[in-house]
Amino acid sequence: MIIEHPLLGPRDAAEFVYLGDASLIDRPDWDNPDGDKEFFEYLYLRDNPEGIHRELWYHEQGDRSWLVVTRNTLTHEILNVELARQVALAMGR
Amino acid sequence: MWRDPEPQQHYDVIIIGAGHGMAAAYYLAKVYGIRKVAVLEKGWLGSGNTGRNTTIIRSNYLLPGNEPFYEFSMKLWEGLEQDFNFNAMVSQRGILNLFHSDPQRDAFARRGNSMLLAGADAVLLDENLIRKMCPFLDYENARFPVKGALWQPRGGTVRHDAVVWGYARGADRLGVDIIQNCEVTGFDIQDGICLGVETTKGPIKANKVGVSVAGSSSKVMAQAGMRLPMESHVLQAFVSEGLKPCLPGVITFGAGHFYVSQSDKGGLVFGGDLDGYNSYAQRGNLPTVEDVCEGGMAIMPMIGKARLLRMWGGLMDMSMDGSPIIDKTHISGLYFNGGWCYGGFKATPASGYCMAHLLAKDEPHHTATAFRFDRFNKGLMIDEKGVGAQPNLH
Amino acid sequence: MFSRFPEGGLIDREHSFSFTFNNKKRTGYKGDTLASALLANNQLFIARSFKYHRPRGVFSAGSEEPNALVQLGRASFSEPNTKATNIELYDNLNAKSQNYKLSLQFDLLGINDKLSPFLSAGFYYKTFMWPKLFWEKLYEPVIRSSAGLGKLSGYPDPDNYDKGFLHCDILVVGGGPSGLLSALVTGRAGARVILADEDFRLGGRLNSDREEINNQSGQEWVAQTIAELKSLDNVRLLPRTVVFGNYDHGIFGALEQRPDALPGINKKPKTVLWRIYSKRSIICTGATERSIGFGNNDRPGILLAGAMRTYLNRFAVKPGDQVALFTNNDSGLKTANDLADKDIAVTVIDTRPNQGQNTGNKYHDYIAGGRIADVRGKKAINSIFLTDGKSIKVDSLAVSGGWNPNVHLTCHKRTKPVWNEKIQAFVPGENLTDGMRVAGSANGLFDLSSALLSGIAAANLALEDLGLPTSQHPDFETSVEPTDITPFWYVKEARSRSWIDLQNDVTTKDISQAHDEGFRDVEHLKRYTTLGMATDQGRTSNVSALAIMSERTGKSISETGTTIFRPPYTPIPIGALAGRSRGKHFRPTRFTPSHRWAEKQGAVFVETGNWLRAQWYPLEGETHWRQSVDREVLSTRDSVGVCDVSTLGKIDCQGRDAAEFLNRVYANPFLKLPVGKVRYGLMMREDGIVYDDGTVARLDENHYVITTTTANAVLVFRQLEFARQCLWPQLDVHLISTTDGWAQFSVAGPNSRNLLAKVTDDFDLSNEAFPFMACANLTACGGLKARLFRISFSGELAYEIAVPSRYGNSMMEILMKAGQEFNVVPYGTEALGVMRIEKGHFAGNELTGQTTAFNLGLERMVSKKKDSIGNKLSERSGLNQPDGNRLVGFVPLDKNKQFNAGTHFVSRGKEKNLENDEGWMTSVAYSPTLGHTIGLGFIKNGLNRFGEIVHAVDPLRGNNTDVEICSPHFYDPDGGRQRG
Repeated sequence: MIIEHPLLGPRDAAEFVYLGDASLIDRPDWDNPDGDKEFFEYLYLRDNPEGIHRELWYHEQGDRSWLVVTRNTLTHEILNVELARQVALAMGR
Repeated sequence: MWRDPEPQQHYDVIIIGAGHGMAAAYYLAKVYGIRKVAVLEKGWLGSGNTGRNTTIIRSNYLLPGNEPFYEFSMKLWEGLEQDFNFNAMVSQRGILNLFHSDPQRDAFARRGNSMLLAGADAVLLDENLIRKMCPFLDYENARFPVKGALWQPRGGTVRHDAVVWGYARGADRLGVDIIQNCEVTGFDIQDGICLGVETTKGPIKANKVGVSVAGSSSKVMAQAGMRLPMESHVLQAFVSEGLKPCLPGVITFGAGHFYVSQSDKGGLVFGGDLDGYNSYAQRGNLPTVEDVCEGGMAIMPMIGKARLLRMWGGLMDMSMDGSPIIDKTHISGLYFNGGWCYGGFKATPASGYCMAHLLAKDEPHHTATAFRFDRFNKGLMIDEKGVGAQPNLH
Repeated sequence: MFSRFPEGGLIDREHSFSFTFNNKKRTGYKGDTLASALLANNQLFIARSFKYHRPRGVFSAGSEEPNALVQLGRASFSEPNTKATNIELYDNLNAKSQNYKLSLQFDLLGINDKLSPFLSAGFYYKTFMWPKLFWEKLYEPVIRSSAGLGKLSGYPDPDNYDKGFLHCDILVVGGGPSGLLSALVTGRAGARVILADEDFRLGGRLNSDREEINNQSGQEWVAQTIAELKSLDNVRLLPRTVVFGNYDHGIFGALEQRPDALPGINKKPKTVLWRIYSKRSIICTGATERSIGFGNNDRPGILLAGAMRTYLNRFAVKPGDQVALFTNNDSGLKTANDLADKDIAVTVIDTRPNQGQNTGNKYHDYIAGGRIADVRGKKAINSIFLTDGKSIKVDSLAVSGGWNPNVHLTCHKRTKPVWNEKIQAFVPGENLTDGMRVAGSANGLFDLSSALLSGIAAANLALEDLGLPTSQHPDFETSVEPTDITPFWYVKEARSRSWIDLQNDVTTKDISQAHDEGFRDVEHLKRYTTLGMATDQGRTSNVSALAIMSERTGKSISETGTTIFRPPYTPIPIGALAGRSRGKHFRPTRFTPSHRWAEKQGAVFVETGNWLRAQWYPLEGETHWRQSVDREVLSTRDSVGVCDVSTLGKIDCQGRDAAEFLNRVYANPFLKLPVGKVRYGLMMREDGIVYDDGTVARLDENHYVITTTTANAVLVFRQLEFARQCLWPQLDVHLISTTDGWAQFSVAGPNSRNLLAKVTDDFDLSNEAFPFMACANLTACGGLKARLFRISFSGELAYEIAVPSRYGNSMMEILMKAGQEFNVVPYGTEALGVMRIEKGHFAGNELTGQTTAFNLGLERMVSKKKDSIGNKLSERSGLNQPDGNRLVGFVPLDKNKQFNAGTHFVSRGKEKNLENDEGWMTSVAYSPTLGHTIGLGFIKNGLNRFGEIVHAVDPLRGNNTDVEICSPHFYDPDGGRQRG
């Protein structure tokens, strides 16, 4: 696969390490009253869709950016690539 | 071999998925006397992971939540062919887990002792014994020299298709309806009770519905409104051209991603790591192919001249701790079996048996009490590899 | 009898090669394949089939060959299952038949053919399981021993294989007419083009067929086109290169055979595995002919009609004086024409009635509506019998059942091929991805004119996509090729077995049997009969088989569908896929900064991940590793020792919010760590399991240095970057890995301060000025930038001194020289391990990824006053059971006894089984300080059981000892020595 890195252009997926669903950015607040449940759902439950999936890739053999890649899990087509940091900031983190 | 019936309107039990589900139906009928059972398969019989794997059986597990279950499965394998009167070519030529460092040896020793304490078999081999058993490994020029191995003599391989066919024939003869090309499109859930399923062949009612659909688990259970502790990943597997016998049993390389056995037809059947990304594509990419072949050449450089004949990708239901779930759901009458990661084939008999037990008795079989949904809430993970809640690492 | 025409063909008669087949000397020419050379030598019988061991000969002229498989080369160079049709002949080639017992001519397993009534499809499954045990002890070993075809030598593969990357705008796969033209059109337009073809001669079927393009012979057109392609700098031609797989985003796998690699003569790479990155691709992979089922249609001397044409025209092989053609389509007639033009007596048996009216006396005979029932001649065909009883003497027989487009590459990404009624074959499906297009006979366009036009069309579409100028369609005048076909799959009247899959010995009867037993899905058919699972992957047989199945089930072929096309297109050597990553080069080796010095000392090294570390330093006279290790431990504890600890991960952490960041990624608090101090840090995963531990040194207001364990250096850095970029992007903090930047040495022992005083530059090392857990930037050796940390893993007064890596080896030498007066010793990882076990420090063996802070007795380190990774989920009940595992120490009751890591614990008096399993020994060492074996381990409720005696059971090694539970801190439990 080829990932279109927002800063570096097209890079082979073999340069990256995969983590999982981009929802892992959305870490709950530790002192929420429902924190136990929220952390359990955050860490363990996944939509795991067949189709469009936003997911985290880390450019380990590269510039060490974490990226949010929007990819179709059935066809492997990549629709969008963003810097995870920008995504996190946009989410208000 | 088996009938090709149209679905009836109502069953005692419907099982979705004819892999482990076929075994579950067989044991439901045979052991628990529940014969008004339908097995729904969206494709052809054996089109799932039961017919696409590297056919290895073993019970070399470490953790108390796992080992008794897999040993139960091994014992079922050992009696299976006589049980269903079909030759599945159960071949216990042993499985050799090579280690390459002292810490690996210590971990394998811990595991071997767990196996022995659980009544399984395990032998710790030193390098000299391995040299005798496998003279073709790289001893002289290895990046990671072979220091020893944990050997389970009763490990081995089974002809995977024959397992499906044997269970199917057995279940069919006991009255189970096997309905192929019948995809489940929804559940009939009212007031928290599952009353049946919607399918491409129309609605079918049942007192109980069991789901065992491996890599499709998240998709199917989403129809019941559930999110699972699971991701679907692609695992590639490989087979070489047929060769005269050259391997004694199953061999796994402890310092790279490679395991191999040789089929009765002579092909080297081998595999390695997941591609690593969520996928439903049932195919993988080239870097993993190269990685696996590098592992193979690193440990047994004689296979350089063997040709890779075919590669395929299976859909793995990778759970959050690498261990399966066989449990009721919060919906009454709906049961789940999945999360087998890439180790489901060897579990087929026990998984079917324990699922049948759960469906029949509404309580877990004594070897499967740890495979619960709520273990993640409670911190009772069964994490053999110790890599935590990241499915692609298990 | 087969022979070579005295002239003609695309062989180089100036260069003759001598080669050996089954120990007999033969001669061929440059430009031959092994198959063509064998045929020219009248060697028809070449191999035995898989199951029935039937005699077999050359059937095709390409990689679809099911029969003519040989063992190529000698000894360790020997290659099993090599298709004679694919081997470019070279001088001194050596090949042998395979899959026989005794000899090819007298194969003991030929008896299987006689037993065939018992060996039909699925025979394994219904037999051999009674009585129990007989399968494994008796039947299976017999079946196994007859498995496979060729043999591995058992020796390491001596060949070299290379790998490379290629990038292009347009990849053209296949160098036949449409491929050459696609490449030409796109090449002329300026696109970067790669053209790959598995043959060593580009031209595809123009090398085999006598066609004309624009009043030139096909050969002249090919030569002219190649010449122009070669003149274009933006075009790269890759003959001998099979594109075997189509992967995501336009990436293809290809394997190039290097013609200059000769076995055993030079070490040049035998193949190059190309990863081709393309923006667009044009698939011009041609088509593969299929056979027709009739009695004994597997006999040597029966060839596919197109293959016979190839041998006739390209290789100048004469297939005898009397030849028959059995066909259901027009393409087969081309073979008959070419044979007739060479004055060979041809009998055409055309399954189609009303054909062959106007052939005059061109052929010996033309039997329209004819069918072959059977043939005679075991090791070479000598006559054929028609269904009407007529017999015809022949030297060979050509068969054509139609052509299957080579759709493989279009299907690798799961696009399904679709059935085309007109050509009676599957063609590529719609919606191909990543800019793939198909041209020529691969797209079902079997006549030359359409193939050429489709090549131009595909080229122009690709150019359009890339924004390059398209070209006008030049007019092509080609010879007219009729391509009519009437489906005909097998002769129903045949009474002998009729083969469909030649290599795996699947007959029409097996297909019927599979149907009758309910294995009707194509996948079931394949799995039950093994159809299409041989080394040719059923390229000449699959479609015929499913056509027969669809006839049985009454479904259309379209409904019946195909099995899935998977890579590789042709089998690829495992060695080629591994490339140079084998032996010592399987993984990179990382050397510590003092490696050269250690080597000189004769150190024994050990692999620690990719690192090679000194394990111990044997002195003369020491014959057992324990002697060296014990000495290193005792000397260190007695005076001073030095160990290279550079492998520990080092991460530089800077920024205004660095303290806040550290406070969130470590379980224990970090906000109040003063400048000049080091703090131990415990890191958890989000699931509350201990991930790693190490130290954090605050060198400056906003500058921290983190250390990690050797094993987790990369993982921790990755995790910290995740936390920094994804979880807390607003914190002002930056990270960089400096593991390779600094050489770091542990200097441990009562004299460590005295030793360092000699090495550092005017630095106050006194306990008051630089106490336990202090750190500083300083200089050493007269101005060398250095860092000093007062930390101790050994339990002794100890420091770690870091200098830039390039000074590491010198630093080691200087320390050892300066330490002579203290009898300094270097110590390796073993002594390091012994001392940490004596001290009760946990390490990799304890941090299994299943261990909690509670298990380690560190639950109070997890601050509940702040958020940190893992904090919340570490509170789950299952991780905090009151009787949960605790890390404690173990000593043998009988001090002379030993035990090993991996031993389990069972309470005294209890049965030794899994239910009574209470924990396990994680780390064990012989303590030279205490004079007996000691162990660390986890045991239930261990902290409340000091003094209790339990069984340490190790059935794996037959060792059972009684051990006493004790504190894990065996040595200096109060820590006075490290603070001194």
